[in-house]
Amino acid sequence: MVYLTRSSISLEALLAEVSSPECGGTCVFLGTVRNGPEEKDVTAIEYSAYQEMVEGELGRIVAEAAARWPGGRLALRHRLGVIPAGEASIAIVAAAPHRAQAFEACRYAIEEIKRRVPVWKKELRSDGSEVWVDPSGRPTSKPAHV
Amino acid sequence: MPLQPAGTIRVRFFARYAELVGRAEAAVAVPLPATVGDVVRSVREQLPGAGDIPERPLAAVNLRHARLDASVQDGDEVALLPPIAGG
Repeated sequence: MVYLTRSSISLEALLAEVSSPECGGTCVFLGTVRNGPEEKDVTAIEYSAYQEMVEGELGRIVAEAAARWPGGRLALRHRLGVIPAGEASIAIVAAAPHRAQAFEACRYAIEEIKRRVPVWKKELRSDGSEVWVDPSGRPTSKPAHV
Repeated sequence: MPLQPAGTIRVRFFARYAELVGRAEAAVAVPLPATVGDVVRSVREQLPGAGDIPERPLAAVNLRHARLDASVQDGDEVALLPPIAGG
């Protein structure tokens, strides 16, 4: 696994990957497991993936960003498994000669990941129920005992 | 009468679709030439529980996103992908 991990994401390791004296701006995006007003007592989210395809798609996204923002550097990790609310599921670090490119590359990466990378999440709720998250429609509930 | 050639497709299921069919993969025989859509149809007809997979799911062939009218060959890996929810 290159881009996927089952451990906590180390932001410092990602920052070290992109560090370069030629880059004057570094933009960090962290996606964290949310238990907000829209959710119902989400204690954790279980992430699963089509791992071989994820590695390929993420590699292509990194290559696309390198072509679009010359001189830029991009590092990222997506975590799989059960991730407690508040912890990071994804981290993207984009460094570039100037800040505008760093912001743009970071935004590009997360939007493409949301659109293309085959990862799924199941909300685990405090009442024991589990819900697959479907960003394109309504969640599909499953009773706690199944 | 010549036999119509058939191909064996390795079909993979993920997330909710894997729960629906109770398995992560299956070998599905389809008459050739065939498209991803033909594979989806065979899966929905042949595998118990697969009738609840949408008629037009997201799909991938050999680790790349593919349209339902894309052709498949003997030995290809076709993945049926529930709505993507990464990040």
